[in-house]
Amino acid sequence: MNPILKWCYQLAVPHILYPRIQAWLPWVALVTFSLLALGLYLGLAVAPADYQQGEAFRIIYVHVPAAWLSMAVYVAMALMALSVLVWRIQVAELALVASAPIGAAFTLIALITGAIWGKPMWGAWWVWDARLTSELILLFIYIGIFVLYDAIEDKRQAGKAVSLMTLVGLVNIPIIHYSVTWWNTLHQPPSLSKFDTPSIHIDMLIPLLIMLLAFKLLYLLMLMLRMRLSLIERQPQAAWVKALIKPATTGDKP
Amino acid sequence: MSPLRRKRLAKIGLLLAGVALAVGLMIMAFQQNMMFFFSTTEVVAGKAPLERDFRVGGMVVEQSVERDPNSLLVQFTLTDYQTLLQVEYSGILPDLFREGQGIVAKGRLNEQGVFVATEVLAKHDENYMPPEVAQSLKPQESAN
Repeated sequence: MNPILKWCYQLAVPHILYPRIQAWLPWVALVTFSLLALGLYLGLAVAPADYQQGEAFRIIYVHVPAAWLSMAVYVAMALMALSVLVWRIQVAELALVASAPIGAAFTLIALITGAIWGKPMWGAWWVWDARLTSELILLFIYIGIFVLYDAIEDKRQAGKAVSLMTLVGLVNIPIIHYSVTWWNTLHQPPSLSKFDTPSIHIDMLIPLLIMLLAFKLLYLLMLMLRMRLSLIERQPQAAWVKALIKPATTGDKP
Repeated sequence: MSPLRRKRLAKIGLLLAGVALAVGLMIMAFQQNMMFFFSTTEVVAGKAPLERDFRVGGMVVEQSVERDPNSLLVQFTLTDYQTLLQVEYSGILPDLFREGQGIVAKGRLNEQGVFVATEVLAKHDENYMPPEVAQSLKPQESAN
């Protein structure tokens, strides 16, 4: 078998995935926090103020990465849901459930930072335009996913149910993305997805791109932390978990 | 791919297509309500409701803003670069409100065809740049 493909297949095996998470965690953490620090420094201290909004525009360095991530996490969850329903991969089910609260948190951050910016710039904390409303619906879908998983006792059944719900909710993602082009909204159209005509000055763009990458890695880091726990929680009696705990307990007693 | 998995995949594909179709039809049915505001052309053409409040969006025409020195009353003209609409508002305007700026106003038309606003929101565009760059762009625009 192709070694890269084999390596990927092995991610679905709990007792191989766990030591890999352990080995990678410090490196992912290091890169994530370095990029976050660099992006925040460049964005908050180095980038020039905006010609209209002044210093207030700097909330873009949290708002846009959080909003992008709220959609990216959902697309990742939809792929996990597909692997659960078609290939019955248990690890994907754990990753799906572990991702939902993270996605919800970033959606909430995007909504709150948007409101804080909206009050001085638009003159309103909240308006019911298509972009804001569809993003709010995304938050409810995220909450629905992890509440549904908690509500069903049999976790294999719960995994299938939330996978199905995740795939149904996927229809909201293109609506969020295109809402600003399909309809008249108070929310501005995208600044980034048209590179030919720069809508954002290069000195402001570079910190934003760093923050976008840093937020993606932050999701990966949080997912790894949560997965480490749920892998053990799902099969506390598995041989590899017992082997993992044994040396630690014998080590405590000299 | 095994036949069983292919069958599951086909079922999920069918489900997604069904949901997308249902939501697509719903959105088309609600098309009018999905719009946050009307353009000035639509308002002048009489497409906006007369009996209830609605929102109108457009650019504030340069040198059209007139402030009453004794009150908070402001009058200005709104345009979508095709038609003009006279707007009247009494209250505090948002920071970004200025001539040449996109805004969204909520209110209704009076008998004279003037839009009496009860709320004015500034609509920010997608352009971000430092003040020096904005300055250097200005002469170019007027030259064009």
